[in-house]
Amino acid sequence: MATAAVPTSVLQLRPASRFGDRAFEWLTFAMSLGVVVLVILVGWQLARGSHLAITKFGFHFLATSTWDPVAEQYGALPFIYGTVVSSLLALIIAVPLSIATAIYLTELAPLWIRQPLASGIEMLAAIPSVILGLWGIFVMIPWLRAHAFPALKAALGWTPFFTGPIYGVSMLAGGIIIAIMILPIITSVAREIMRSVPNLQREAAYALGATKWEVTRIAVLSYAKNGLFGAAILGLGRALGETMAVTMVIGNTPQIKASLFAPGYTLASVIANEFTEATTDMYLQALFEIGLVLFGITILANLLAQLLLKTMTRKMTTRVAQ
Amino acid sequence: MSGSANHQFRKAKSLIASLLCSVAALLVIAPLGLIFFYLLRSGLSSLNVAFFTNLPRPVGEPGGGMANAIVGSGELLALASLIGVPVGVLGGVYLAEYGTARVNALLRFVADVLNGVPSIIWGVVVYGLIVLPFKSFSAYAGSLALGFMMIPLIMRTTEEVLLLVPGGYREAALALGISRWKTIVHIVMKTASKGIVTGVLLALARIAGETAPLLFTAFGNRFWNRSLAEPIAALPLQIFTYAISPYDDWHRQAWAGALLLVAMIFLINLLVRFLTRGRAARVA
Amino acid sequence: MIETLPAMQTTRVRTVDFMQPLTDQPQPDAPAFGVKNLSMWYGAKEAIKNVTIDVPAKRVTAIIGPSGCGKSTFLRCLNRMHELVPRTRVEGEVLFAGQNLYSPDVDPAMIRRRIGMVFQKSNPFPTMSIAENVLVGLKLNGVRDRNLLNERLEKSLRMAALWSEVKDDLRKPGISLSGGQQQRLCIARAIAIEPEVLLMDEPASALDPIATMKIEELITELKANYTIVIVTHNMQQASRCSDFTAFFYMGALIEFANTAKIFSNPTRRQTEDYITGRFG
Ligand SMILES: Nc1ncnc2c1ncn2[C@@H]1O[C@H](COP(=O)(O)OP(=O)(O)OP(=O)(O)O)[C@@H](O)[C@H]1O
Ligand SMILES: [Mg+2]
Repeated sequence: MATAAVPTSVLQLRPASRFGDRAFEWLTFAMSLGVVVLVILVGWQLARGSHLAITKFGFHFLATSTWDPVAEQYGALPFIYGTVVSSLLALIIAVPLSIATAIYLTELAPLWIRQPLASGIEMLAAIPSVILGLWGIFVMIPWLRAHAFPALKAALGWTPFFTGPIYGVSMLAGGIIIAIMILPIITSVAREIMRSVPNLQREAAYALGATKWEVTRIAVLSYAKNGLFGAAILGLGRALGETMAVTMVIGNTPQIKASLFAPGYTLASVIANEFTEATTDMYLQALFEIGLVLFGITILANLLAQLLLKTMTRKMTTRVAQ
Repeated sequence: MSGSANHQFRKAKSLIASLLCSVAALLVIAPLGLIFFYLLRSGLSSLNVAFFTNLPRPVGEPGGGMANAIVGSGELLALASLIGVPVGVLGGVYLAEYGTARVNALLRFVADVLNGVPSIIWGVVVYGLIVLPFKSFSAYAGSLALGFMMIPLIMRTTEEVLLLVPGGYREAALALGISRWKTIVHIVMKTASKGIVTGVLLALARIAGETAPLLFTAFGNRFWNRSLAEPIAALPLQIFTYAISPYDDWHRQAWAGALLLVAMIFLINLLVRFLTRGRAARVA
Repeated sequence: MIETLPAMQTTRVRTVDFMQPLTDQPQPDAPAFGVKNLSMWYGAKEAIKNVTIDVPAKRVTAIIGPSGCGKSTFLRCLNRMHELVPRTRVEGEVLFAGQNLYSPDVDPAMIRRRIGMVFQKSNPFPTMSIAENVLVGLKLNGVRDRNLLNERLEKSLRMAALWSEVKDDLRKPGISLSGGQQQRLCIARAIAIEPEVLLMDEPASALDPIATMKIEELITELKANYTIVIVTHNMQQASRCSDFTAFFYMGALIEFANTAKIFSNPTRRQTEDYITGRFG
């Protein structure tokens, strides 16, 4: 079949080379694989840097509590203990505060307050860890030592947690500073979750004559439970890996003490403090292994958090779809 | 009668809960106010010309400044961007424009995992990767650690803003016989350019204050850095060193450095606000 | 028109001759497109069913039919835009300038340079000025010559009946124009690369009557140089500005004839129902 004659065109009508398209797609694909390469790189470096220590100390590394580089004795237990305890303390402080703040922001606060308050919380998130640590050393610690800790000791000194000499630098100070660092992330994730609760839920509760708090509890909190748990675990992931601020206020003493007034040490802090001092190969190996442990537990916490938040969003979408 | 009493009780409970929540909000925002207050009080008085122009003095001697750390931070961020921006942006392009659902889910997951890696770990990794083999701390090592941290951040934001570009623009460009990659670069990425820049700025603000990954990569330097293969000073590192030192003058300078760093970070965030406002206006 | 459709669907859809296209198609000198047994699937859903049609060159062909009947899909098959939707498949062939569009050695980008498209929703590129919008197709396809670009800019805008309105604001953003002007800008953008064909998918459906009229006048003027295929829901529009009309129903081509014939004396019942539904 004859078709219309072709007018000439300034555009070359030869098939454009598809090389550009192929090359660009491959280039972007290669770049996106960068993240995969990075994960492998992290795992590989940490494993390579620590395999001597792993084979030499085995499980003892995690279970013994003597950290004496001079005697070539490396037990990571005090650091694991310090990381876990300071992070849990941080969660105990931060989770209720964050969730209450998120409730305030989404359900209770007058409209004109919401945006500035949310921006303020974002600003808090932007403050570098090292600056929080600076503030911790020169403002928070002296105040804790002079006022808060003595008061705590007077009130709760009969428990094993608030006994012993007060230095200021302590596990509790570490917990508080980490709490400040993770407040913004938990608050903003919790806020997102509460905001995504369909208004229908609230209206249904109001229609039953519930008070504002009852609406929040019934319609919002019970509904968002999983997601809020996810937000808390996300905060935990951050807390476990927090380095500078903690290092500056926790006291950096590898010991396991019941008292929260006693100085402690965390996995991240010992890496920060001792890495450049690691004179022997085994010392460096032990520190790499600490890094591996830290990497492992933060990954676990983050995976758990993502899982919880994913199921939360899935629940949301299916309910909305109904 | 008892029904009304019950109602009163419930109302009181609601009121108390509201009150507690507002107190919590106050407690959450309080550290910000306190930090600002002390930053201004202790930092402002120590910001002087010498702080911006002088090198640090030898240990314990008063005076001197952070000129080398300020410049060093700039160099580190610029070098880090050299790694983080192309990889992150182009990776984000793949996610938004090419990847299949399954590949994308995997890549996003991996990026989110990376975002959760503690920053000190990046220092350890780059130490093993660069510092050990080359037997020297260096600006390269420090910026590599920061650049690695930027990649997943930028990748995710780039993807997000590219997906906001309406498909109609892609179709219009392709219907003009423009090739796919030129459509992506000249039409889609150009349309989303503010958003991409915003993502890059946010990533820079995130890493500008990072200290942990620099401790044993960039390491710090009391003098000017003469070669990128040598240790280099950085503002957050200097703040840390001075903060934990026993000298009052150094503490003073640590506050000044902190004030400068926070001001820089907030300036970037302000810029981001400005940019995103423009974009919101255009979409509407 | 929509109101009459349910009745039509229940009563007359299943006639035997329904799927077979008519043979008394108009036979102009040289068709721009020779479409042969074209079928197209979105995944498992067959959206175009065995369509055979010769689209006449340098004429305006209107495509009408109820919503969802495959008008847009058919149009997009003519410049391979359907490939942008994942998991689509075509069978049959579309001959254009003596070549099957779907043969593997045909570059879709090249095809689209010769077969331009205007969309229902006007979509000037938001970051570009009026001038840049018009010239983007040329520039990104490698045209550098300043004189040529300037000449094309004016020519395209004149052909799109927009020149007098924008000649002093060429640096202004394209999206600062009114809706009707934006659509004409998109037409100027499409004709700047001098395609042979313009495919228009309801180009005026989002516009007010005056802007619509301008577009219709424009179409009438453009057909001297272009083969135009226009999808429309507006019967008056089809009868006003097209030479031939194709009626699609549920993915099949029901009838294709002179516009005058379609609107005065359609051969198929479905066509008549659809048209009279609109007017009655
Ligand atoms: N991207 C897609 N994926 C799957 N199915 C599609 C897609 N686009 C269109 N379809 C289906 O193909 C059929 C034809 O759609 P098309 O858009 O071509 O109709 P249309 O005649 O242009 O309708 P309208 O007049 O409403 O624009 C419809 O049944 C539609 O549901
Ligand atoms: Mg359509």
